[in-house]
Amino acid sequence: MDIKVNVRETDGETNIVELAGEIDVYTSPKVKDALGELIDRGVYNLVIDLEKVRYIDSTGLGVLIGGLKRVREHGGTVNLVCTNPQIKKIFDITGLVKIFGIYDSEDAAMKASV
Amino acid sequence: MTANPPDRATAESVELRIPRKAEWVAVARLAIAAIASRMRFTIEEIEDVKLAVAEACTNAIQSADGADQIEILCETDDTQLRLTVANRSGSGVAIAPPPIDEDEVRIDGLGVFLIRSLMDDVEYDAGPENGTRLVMTKRLAS
Repeated sequence: MDIKVNVRETDGETNIVELAGEIDVYTSPKVKDALGELIDRGVYNLVIDLEKVRYIDSTGLGVLIGGLKRVREHGGTVNLVCTNPQIKKIFDITGLVKIFGIYDSEDAAMKASV
Repeated sequence: MTANPPDRATAESVELRIPRKAEWVAVARLAIAAIASRMRFTIEEIEDVKLAVAEACTNAIQSADGADQIEILCETDDTQLRLTVANRSGSGVAIAPPPIDEDEVRIDGLGVFLIRSLMDDVEYDAGPENGTRLVMTKRLAS
């Protein structure tokens, strides 16, 4: 079980963080470090693409919430790309749909970040 | 508490003991998902059970104690799947649902909140003598 993190810069201020694999208590520190590194570098607008994420638990949600809190301190945003019904259900249950922007495509999430 | 008494003719149980380490949680959730898939659960319900058992194991790992193992007892019959996740410790986490709103996000307790949302029944003990013990049940649709 692992998580792959791929960061892509765009023409604007937004970076795309593509995650692939499973985000749980074992792998979430890797995601936390990747987000933390970007924010430390002054990247405050993030699109996190969860399309290749097969599983996420509360520790993964915690990392996303932590990232969102940090970028908001600098007026930034975190928008998510997610169409997996099971993962969207977890965001629904926890009420996090009210906190994150959740979009069906990177393009839509990017447009919302501008 | 279970709503229906188990049918002794079809009742079966599986015990799993894993090291109390983050890297073993995936093994627990896949094993329990495999057991749930032998029953009449839908794919969505299997995913619910998988997440719930992982959250219970994560709670066991994150509780501050000296336990080095997590025990998972899986009891099945033709009506339900009952999971008991326990460690040998005297501490645990609060089971109250966390308030989630735009300005005040609490991360602590999110896992237990998910368990309560995904499973039909949840019981939680955190006594100094018995250690932390979470019992949760998912019933099959009749």
